[in-house]
Order: sequence, then C-alpha cells, then structure tokens
Amino acid sequence: MEGARHLPGGVMRINIGPSHPATHGILQNIIDLDGETVLKAVPVIGFVHRTFEKMAESYTYNQFLNCTDRMNYVSAPMNNIAWTNAVEEMMGLTIPPRAQVVRTIINELSRITDHIICNGVLGVDVGAYTGLFYLYHYRELITNIQEKMTGARLTTTFTRVGGLEMDIYDGFADDVKEIIRSFPKILKDFEGLFIHNRIFIDRTKGVGAIDTATALSYGYTGPNLRATGYDYDVRKAYPYLVYDQVDFDIPVGVDGSAYDRFLVRNEEMHQSLRIIEQLIDNIPDGPFQLDDYHITLPPKMDVYTKMEELIYHFKIIMDGVIVPEGEFYSAAEVANGEIGFHIVSDGGKSPYRVHVRRPCFWYYQSFPELVEGGMLSDLIAVMSSLNVIAGELDG
Amino acid sequence: MRGLNSVLNIELKNHLVKMFPVRGFTVEENRGILVIQADASDLVNLMNFLKTDPLCDFNVLIDLTAVDYLHKRTQDKRFDVVYMLWSTATMQRIRVKVTVAEGLEVPTVSGIWKGANWPEREVFDLFGIVFSGHPVMERIVMPENFRGHPLRKDFPLEGRGEEYLIESIMIHPPDSGSGSK
Amino acid sequence: MGIETLLGDTVLTTKISEFVGWSRKYSLWPFPFATACCGIEYMSVLNSDFDLARFGAERPSFSPRQADLLVVLGTITYKMAPVLWQIYHSMSEPKWVISYGACASSGGMFRSYSVLQGIHLIIPVDIYVPGCPPRPEAFLDSLIKLQKKVAEESVVNPEYKAKADYLEKALGSTEYQISKNNTKQQ
Repeated sequence: MEGARHLPGGVMRINIGPSHPATHGILQNIIDLDGETVLKAVPVIGFVHRTFEKMAESYTYNQFLNCTDRMNYVSAPMNNIAWTNAVEEMMGLTIPPRAQVVRTIINELSRITDHIICNGVLGVDVGAYTGLFYLYHYRELITNIQEKMTGARLTTTFTRVGGLEMDIYDGFADDVKEIIRSFPKILKDFEGLFIHNRIFIDRTKGVGAIDTATALSYGYTGPNLRATGYDYDVRKAYPYLVYDQVDFDIPVGVDGSAYDRFLVRNEEMHQSLRIIEQLIDNIPDGPFQLDDYHITLPPKMDVYTKMEELIYHFKIIMDGVIVPEGEFYSAAEVANGEIGFHIVSDGGKSPYRVHVRRPCFWYYQSFPELVEGGMLSDLIAVMSSLNVIAGELDG
Repeated sequence: MRGLNSVLNIELKNHLVKMFPVRGFTVEENRGILVIQADASDLVNLMNFLKTDPLCDFNVLIDLTAVDYLHKRTQDKRFDVVYMLWSTATMQRIRVKVTVAEGLEVPTVSGIWKGANWPEREVFDLFGIVFSGHPVMERIVMPENFRGHPLRKDFPLEGRGEEYLIESIMIHPPDSGSGSK
Repeated sequence: MGIETLLGDTVLTTKISEFVGWSRKYSLWPFPFATACCGIEYMSVLNSDFDLARFGAERPSFSPRQADLLVVLGTITYKMAPVLWQIYHSMSEPKWVISYGACASSGGMFRSYSVLQGIHLIIPVDIYVPGCPPRPEAFLDSLIKLQKKVAEESVVNPEYKAKADYLEKALGSTEYQISKNNTKQQ
C-alpha cells in the first residue's frame, strides 16, 4: 500500500483556519495530506496586522506603551517593561531600586500568566479541559493584582520611562504572598494530570522535535530553544532589572519536542515563584520614579502650586521624553523568548523608527519543518506547544 | 545593547578592517556595539565570513529590518537594511548595515540562516526592497492585492483609502473620515 | 418559521412568539470569533470566575452552521474581513451579532491602513460593547441585553427577513459611492 499519492485523487489539500478553535489566534495553514500524514504545510499570517511599527512614528515614547500592551496580549506587562527598559538604556538612565524590584515582581507574575495559558491550552488542544480550569483562577488573581496596580486587567500600560507611574498599593505584598502560598499546590495538581499521563505523553513526546543547531539557525529563543537543550535566557546572559541579584535556575529540555516545551514552561513557573519569593519581602523604600522632571511627571500637588513643576508637566505631556539621536537595540526576556526593540531616534518627540523583534515571528517560520512527515493531530499539538500569539506575530 | 565586551570589539574591528580592505566598508563602535557599513554586492561573502571565521563566530541572526531615511538622506541612500548578529560562544553582538536606493536589490541571506526567510519577506512587503535569490518573494502580512508599501515614509498611517480590499462585501458606506482625507 | 405566518398577529402566535423567544434566549450558542486581546477576556468569561454557563451559553460552537450568536472579539483587518463575512453568511437564521470591544465596533485605537474601521461595514450588528478590552461583566451585560432583544422577536414578522432584505439591497446596489481617494500607486 503506497499511500494516496498514487491514487487517481492523489493528495488532499485542506485549509486549517484562519478561524479555528485549535489555533492560538488567527493562523492559517494550507496543508497537503496523504491520509493522515502531513506532506507539506504552508503557514499564512497577517490576519491581525495592527501596524504597531508605523503607529510608533506618531506616538511619543510613553504613548507607545499602549501598543506594546497589545502585542503579546496574554502577558502585557512584560512587553511594557521591556519597552521602558529599552528606552531607559538608550538614554543611559538607571531607575531607583524600588521601581526595579516592583517591575521584576510584576514581570515574573506576568510570565506565570502566560505559561498558565500556554500549558492549559495545550491540554485543551489535546483534549483535556480540566487542567485549564484548575489554573485559570490563578490567572484571575494575578489580573486582579494588575488591575489594582494599573487600573486595567489586561492592557495594563504598566510603568513609564523613568520608573513606575504610581507607587504600589497597600496590600500589594499580601496579595502576592497569597498567590505564592496557594499556587504551588494547584500547580502540583495540574502536573499530576499531565506529566505521567500515558495519553498526554503519547500525544506530545517526540512530536515536533528539533535540534539546537537548526533552532539557532531559525533564530529560536525562549522556552522553545531551551527545550532543545541550550540554556540561553536574556535574564542570565544580559541581566537587567534585578535579575543579577536573585537566585534562579534555567530549565532545559532534551529533544525540543512538545512534551519538553510543556515541561520547560511548567518548571519556569516554579522558578518565577522562587524569584518572587526572594523579592516580595524586601521591596526597598524610596522613590518610585527618577527625580528628573525632564523625564518623569512631578507630584500633582507641586504641579498645582509651583510654577516650574507646572511647566515640566506641560512639556512632558505635550512632547514626552526626548531621546538623544542615534540607533539602539535592546532585548528583554518575555514568555516566548527574546523581544528586541530596535529604536532609531532623530532627537524628536517621536521615535523615527521602531522595529520590534518579535520572538513568535522567528520561530513560527520553522513550523513546516516541524510538522512535515507527522500526523495531522501532531500538527495541532505542535502549533499549541509553540505558543504562537497572533497579536505578536503581527498577523 | 548592555553586557557587550568592548575589548573584543576592538579586536574584531582590527580583524575585520584587515580582512575586508574594500572601499565603502567601515567598522565603527556606536554605543558599545560594533556597526559594519557594508555594500550590497559583497554582502553574502561578508555574512559567510562573519558566521564561519573562528574569531567572529556570529552563528545566529537575531534581527533583520529596514529603515527609510526619505527626507534625511539623498535618494541613492534611501533605505538601510539592518542585520543584528549574535555569537553564542562569546555572547557578543554586532550590527551590519547595507544602504540601498529605491529599486535596487539586496542579496538574500536565507541560504546562510534559515531564519532570514520571513523577515526578508516582511521587509519586501512593508518597504518594497527586493531580496534577490529569495525562494518566496511575496507579501506576508498585507493582503496580496494591497497597493503600496506601508512602512515607507511617504505612505500615510491612515492609508490611502483601502476600501478596494473589501469592495465586494461592504454593506455600509465608510463612515465620514475613514480612510485618508 | 412556517405556517404561523399565515395566521397573522393573534393571541396564538404571540404566545408562540413568547415561548420561542424564551427558549432561544436561554440557549444561545456563541461562535467566538476571537482574533486578539478581547478573545482572552472571552476565555475569562467562559471559566469559573465569571461563568457563562449560568446563561446557557457555555457551548462555544466553532462551526458556524451550529451557532446562532456570532461574537466578534478583537481587531478585524482588511485581510480578515472576507473571512468574517463568509462565516456570518454560513450561519443559519436566526442569528445575532455582538461586536465586542472597541476594535470590532469602530477600529478602536488603530486608525491605520490595515484595520477595518468597524465590522458594521460588512455585517449587521445587534449589540456593541465598548471597552478595550471590556470587562467580562460587560460581556454578561451585553448578553442579557441581547436576551431581551431575542425574547421580543415575533415569529410572524421575524427580524431576519428585514435583515436579509437590507443585505440584499446593500450588496446588490450601487447607490452609495465608495469614497475612492487619490490612490496613487507606489
């Protein structure tokens, strides 16, 4: 039996998506099938291209935070922190320690929400709904913290250039400690459902495997690269915020398959909890933003009563932060990998050009290589375990 | 980029200037990172050298983009195609820039790094710079029948009236002010 | 639906309308057309904290043939617009549309060359929900408003007839001009 290629009908071409339950967002794949085996897969993207890079040319540096929210909308504060970090590095600023520690805590909480969705939905895509329902309550608790911090559940627009936009609320430490106290047990229940589950292992072990050299050739970063065995993490390689002062490990996998990616993300959630635990009791006192009113807004009472502060406030709201002329690239570690901001400034109030190096865009290119030769159901597991967020892929 | 090794930068600069004594090839340090200004005709040789030479060893292409300097430079230097390379052995990064005029082509590096495939398509889609030798030189994020290259500086943010894309399915005239003025 | 339209507006048909409306409104099957951030808020609505199941709408149908409520969650671009149109026209009557979020209602914060400035340009909408993204409680509020609308529909003069006429007229006519501006080629 030679397969469908030799039958008169031949190979069947089907279309998955763009609107499809098993795709994380809008992704279209046109695949050629021989029975259940995928012969060729062609991804089509661009269905939610929202022109962030062009909009940046008419926004100020602080207004662009609205755009970074909506890139990886599952963990919006991480992109915000990556952007303000990039602008501050370009300007050569060092923000106060209080702001750095709070940013790190929110960064790790946000990473946990992203991995909750990725691992939970990987379970849903291979048929197990219960895991997502167990974990989702903790995503709600973390979005409640984000809402109390910034006013919005999902599109947080967290931090400004020069520090935080407002100080942490009373009870922040208690809320976070409640999560650290109760989340590990639920995570253990979740792991019990999947890690030694015969069906889950059969669906994901060895599926979509890739070796490190090919992965690096494609520009993989993040958990997908770490699952192949190479331990690159921007937090350890080029430390920023307070990552060089805390203790944490980088989990790596073995063969880069969907199972290994699941395990790497799962362990990263544990490591994030470890980082938060080390920081939450030691938030330093002090100012939450830089004392330079050319960059940060002065306190409101001073704006109402003093002249210079009023002028500074006006200049910052109208013109924003002025970044010196030049070209700069800075990277940070979001949940999917390395996000890079390539900023070209001409000394004006808006950037001349912003290019976002989106991790999803680089590793989703390898999708045909990962699924060709496998079965159709493996394609679904691979797409799910890669964690492709359509907003970040820019379609 | 933070965390780069400035001593290694100086070594690399001397090494590169010695290996490529061609006109128009400059290497200089800019905010801690080495920037190579190369020529489009020589690009594939340079990239192969940067990837395989034991001192350079830049085995990963981390970013590929373009910048449009329409009103800031002369017509023959309008676009800058920017490559960011990364060495996993030394954790060093380097930037390579190629200046092209409108209508000229840049050779593709998708034969050297597989990950250059889609970013080059994106640059073609949004800027109109053609990469010669690329396996699939088509639009990637915009619809196929889109007219124009959006990220150029003479293309307005609000577009030039994109209703032709939904002409056959539109049931309500566009609201006043939608599309370009 | 059928034979009752011959009877006209009598006490029998109004009672039938009430019964049909009551049964439809408590068993709406949504088609979540999730494109962007609002889709994540829809996931929150489905899960146990904001529980959509108590409204009878927890069965998301990913086949338009089996759904009766199209919820557009997120930004629609010009590339995605034909897909949305196709899905709307694949659904069978009666069907309703909720436009959830600022992007679906009017293009949102993206006034740019690739974003459709509101889905009302291509499909008729019943409920608009403002927000970026709207809270899950706003989704439940819009569902309750839609349930009121569904309950008041008459079987003698169903809404879908009026909508079908409007669509046929809009797609077939050339009465309005598409504002073709100076589309100079690059």
